Amino acid sequence: MIWDKKAECMPAKEREKLQLERLQAIVRYAYERVPFYKKRFAAAKFKPSDIKTLGDIRKIPFTEKADLREVYPFGMFAVPQSEIVEVHSSSGTTGTPVVVGYTRNDIDLWGEVVARALTMAGAGRGDLIQNGYGYGLFTGGLGVHYGAQKIGAVVVPISAGQTKRQIQVMADFGTTILTCTPSYALYLAEALEEEGVSKKKIKLKAGVFGAEMWTERMRNEIEKRFKLHALNIYGLTEIIGPGVAQECMAKTGSHIAEDHFFPEIIAPDTREPLPEGEKGELVLTTLTREGMPVIRFRTKDITSLTRDVCDCGRTTVKMDRITGRSDDMLKVRGVIVFPSKIEKALLSVKGIEPHYQIFVTRPHHLDEVEVKVEVSKKVFSDEVRHMEELRRKLEKAVDEAIGLRVKVTLVEPKSLPRSEGKAKRVFDQRQL
Amino acid sequence: MKVQQISIFLENRKGRLLEALETIGRAKINIRALSIADTSEFGILRLIVPDPDKAKRVLEKNKFTVRENEVIAVEVSDRPGGLAEVLRALSDAGLNVEYMYAFVEKKGEKAVVVLRTENINAGIRALKKAKITMLGAKELYKL
Repeated sequence: MIWDKKAECMPAKEREKLQLERLQAIVRYAYERVPFYKKRFAAAKFKPSDIKTLGDIRKIPFTEKADLREVYPFGMFAVPQSEIVEVHSSSGTTGTPVVVGYTRNDIDLWGEVVARALTMAGAGRGDLIQNGYGYGLFTGGLGVHYGAQKIGAVVVPISAGQTKRQIQVMADFGTTILTCTPSYALYLAEALEEEGVSKKKIKLKAGVFGAEMWTERMRNEIEKRFKLHALNIYGLTEIIGPGVAQECMAKTGSHIAEDHFFPEIIAPDTREPLPEGEKGELVLTTLTREGMPVIRFRTKDITSLTRDVCDCGRTTVKMDRITGRSDDMLKVRGVIVFPSKIEKALLSVKGIEPHYQIFVTRPHHLDEVEVKVEVSKKVFSDEVRHMEELRRKLEKAVDEAIGLRVKVTLVEPKSLPRSEGKAKRVFDQRQL
Repeated sequence: MKVQQISIFLENRKGRLLEALETIGRAKINIRALSIADTSEFGILRLIVPDPDKAKRVLEKNKFTVRENEVIAVEVSDRPGGLAEVLRALSDAGLNVEYMYAFVEKKGEKAVVVLRTENINAGIRALKKAKITMLGAKELYKL
């Protein structure tokens, strides 16, 4: 099933023509309406009229997350506030949040791309979608909600958490499509077995999972336990939320809704564009957003793009699984974590020296964070009680700074490797 | 009546205790008493040695985190209830014992116990008042 055959199966020529028209229009629109872009373009001696081909997009300066933060809260909006009907925001646990505004048309567009995503997962009228993404400022819950309503499915806005209730709803309502993070899906599968709910009562046929990195192994595990098709959805607050890309049943990459989001892959260090199939950082440009156009946004997500003809018939470009980040930012249990925040928290505790390492593992489907901290001579006490207190204090400081419980391990001074250049502090040992 | 003790921070890593003890052994320092406080995360090795300053030096040279501090060594009558008397004296003075451990050797009919109270001077006063014999460093190292 394809939601919008015209848009999703467009011949290359036609698509490129549409993209170019939209790119020219959005660049002019952003230039004229958003002071940030006017200034940024002027500084780069770039004029909207310079866009004559799609390749000319390379003349436009990049937009970074820091830029969006700087204009907090509404500085990126291209329309008066009276035309904005909804705002969403990143969590802000890592610094100034990024605020995103949607016009009526933007909300419509959001619903449209999520409708495509849900359709790729085989959802349609009559399906019961249990939406386990969080509702609220986070863009997961409502995005899926709008898409579900667009395709005429029944949506159960259960949001994240309340595991027992999730299972009860799944069994009693006869949920056919589950939407949540992949690690929560696995957790639900385990809870289901523990609760002793009969597999016969579970009618799930597909799951739309995203908001964190996951692996093929995790997909197999979820599919085996739930007997469903587990599909990857991709999106980010800055661009529109979920629905930027979605896997079809071929499960060989996520189709980007290219008529609305223009993708590029660049080498993170040189910022030069990379050819098809090569791994690099994904850069996205919104082609149709009214409330807040975003031009050449560096997502920091590492992936590659391929343009093979897909078994499903769609011609849109496919992005590979995200395999990492081009900055030192971590995504742990769906929460963005900056190691610098952890460092600041550790150093706020008296006597702690700035030598630490962060280990992220996924021992049992859920991400765990261990922070190894060197004990200084100053803080070493011969009393266990004091050392335990120190450990708890550090754990609390980190928890308060990043909103995540971590395990702090005290290690001997000078036991962590020193490096001459940029210290490697983050060890992501999740098998992704 | 205070006795110097050295404590060593031991990360929970294979062979780390061995390395510490070998370091002391190589320096020809004989251990008179020891205790290890261990948690699931790390350990603290406490030692009474004849030359604590030297021990600290060699350990630090070998990248151990070492701390020197004072403890009390008391003589305990080697009979049922002997140790309880010592603790009673401290308890009556309202003092908590942070930790304690026994000496490896006995001095005649008495056992020797190393202990650390919250306030070490108050501990010594309380023990004196209860007429409990404490041993000085010199006596200890001769044991």
